[in-house]
Amino acid sequence: MRKLAITAYSLCSAAGDGQVATLRALRERRSGLQRNDFGAAPLATWIGRVAGLEEQALPPQLAQWDCRNNRLAWRGLLADDFNDAVAAARERYGSARVAVIVGTSTSSIGASEDAYRRLEPDGRYPADLRRPIIHTPHSLGDFVQHALGLCGLSVTLATACSSSAKVFAQAERLIRIGIADAAVVGGVDTLCGSVLFGFNSLELVSPDPCRPFDVERRGINLGEAAGFALLEREGPAAAWLLGYGESSDAHHMSTPHPEGRGARLALQAALERAQLAPGDIDYINLHGTASQKNDEVEARLLAELFPERTFASSTKGWTGHALGAAGIVEAGISLLALEHGVLPGTLNSQTLDPVCGPQIRRDNEERSTRNALSFSFGFGGSNCVLAFGGAV
Amino acid sequence: MSVQLPEVMAEGVAFWASRLPGWDVARAVIRGEQAAPEATMSRPAPALLGPTERRRAPDTVAVALEVAARACAAAGRSPRELPAVFASTHGDLQISDYMCATLVDTPALISPIKFHNSVHNAAAGYWSIGTSSHAPYTAISAFHHTFGAGLLEAAVQIACEQQPVLYVAFDVEAKGALSTMAPSRGLVGVALVLAPASAARPGSRRLTMRIADEPCGATPPLSAAAALVADNALAPCMPLLEALAADLPATLQLTLGERTVLNIQVSEV
Repeated sequence: MRKLAITAYSLCSAAGDGQVATLRALRERRSGLQRNDFGAAPLATWIGRVAGLEEQALPPQLAQWDCRNNRLAWRGLLADDFNDAVAAARERYGSARVAVIVGTSTSSIGASEDAYRRLEPDGRYPADLRRPIIHTPHSLGDFVQHALGLCGLSVTLATACSSSAKVFAQAERLIRIGIADAAVVGGVDTLCGSVLFGFNSLELVSPDPCRPFDVERRGINLGEAAGFALLEREGPAAAWLLGYGESSDAHHMSTPHPEGRGARLALQAALERAQLAPGDIDYINLHGTASQKNDEVEARLLAELFPERTFASSTKGWTGHALGAAGIVEAGISLLALEHGVLPGTLNSQTLDPVCGPQIRRDNEERSTRNALSFSFGFGGSNCVLAFGGAV
Repeated sequence: MSVQLPEVMAEGVAFWASRLPGWDVARAVIRGEQAAPEATMSRPAPALLGPTERRRAPDTVAVALEVAARACAAAGRSPRELPAVFASTHGDLQISDYMCATLVDTPALISPIKFHNSVHNAAAGYWSIGTSSHAPYTAISAFHHTFGAGLLEAAVQIACEQQPVLYVAFDVEAKGALSTMAPSRGLVGVALVLAPASAARPGSRRLTMRIADEPCGATPPLSAAAALVADNALAPCMPLLEALAADLPATLQLTLGERTVLNIQVSEV
């Protein structure tokens, strides 16, 4: 593949709204996690909740897409003037030539959950939620396309926690074949009952702030987030998409392959496309959910394949696990590392699991960074690794 | 905008619907060679799953694995080597109904298996596990344009990587209150093994595809078979299946968006 220019990107999570706020939270090691207060009977856990979504208004012409997930999507589009960058691309290429490929795990299922709580006596949805578009997975892709005034291809990709990493791969292929000149990629997931109680049923939710790679880690904290990136063949690049790798574990629906078989294949494919070797990688944003299995498998893989100087960390202690939006938020953090040389450590973790090699760091560092990887591994054994390069 | 895609070959076709259980039956009904069976089958029994797994599998997984395996068999390709594109308009509507209903009264009693089966890529995940395939898969939705968007993604992957791709699309019957917002009846699954023109196998059909800005929209389905699945969310797949069932070359359009279509010519190799 030919590398693609990332000419704009945005991110909005519990750690911060926009690049500046996120960078500050990373530097100051300020976590966005809080005690769970989501819903009527909140579970005893911690969450990464984005403030103010309850009051977030959408422009009147976008009212039919109104729901928590699309409100957060709107925040992500406004952050870092991302929508202005897309408007300029729309002028350059035409509205049919800018594709929208966005990832999510649960899209706006929260709106369906709300409807079930308020069903009318005849079993119908309450009048304010009788909008079919917000009760289907493509709610997100359809909203983003309309919000940006685009009319080309719009697809929602949903492979659980790898969703908004895989969007880079799908978009790169579309641009390579000439179906689009540019693509808006990204992802959005919001807190909802399905994921809080669902992950709780799998006994994967931590009662404490999550501690990725810590020997005493007790599970994940769920988070919500939005993020976007604009991909073009050429342009004033903040950074470059150098490669991607995708694979399947072929092992289990909700636990990773014990030897990280799929993760390894995705990593190899990403390095091959980017024409990089492990020794060329300065920073890796790990999946690092703080679940027992994920962190163990990932740590072993790192220790085996990367030199000591590679700086690797999980940033879920800042954001929580934003599921289908984790890929794009962590891609955004990797781009911040490339642009500003801020390498975030692993927040909340005290004593790293002995399985961790020297690559996995607790403390932040500031150093010039040329190449970064971002790992995203999901339910159903879906893996994606992204490779990014700095502007120069 | 008009973009011509590199040609792809349809090497294997599979189909399953409640009144049309299998491509041979569906093809014969489309061609007017036989009437549709009166009996309605509830769901297929995919050979890839053991008896217990088969009983427990959601309808989405059962229908997707059934058509995926049959398309690979028809193409004579090993499933393990094929990257796969899975597409579904609404995903597992029955599990979504279960999740929403359970959350109202007894959220702490959510079934962990139902939860991990609720992801849009559950069928894709079970397929990769069942076939021991480490090849990448994806799982997408594009509302009314889902079938066309999935076919396009499969064609794009073939053009980029020059290797065959399995395309699987399915939609299931909606349940509960969600059925008023995401209506879909019956169970429909379609799978195609598609290959680059350079790797064409005898008996393949050639698909020449072009993306165009044309507001005229989708080709309407014509067959008696299409009428049997008209109320399933995957009904837009039928014009392509009608073209694949016919002896003569045919041209049709699937929608990719409000103003964008995928124009497809189906012809002999």
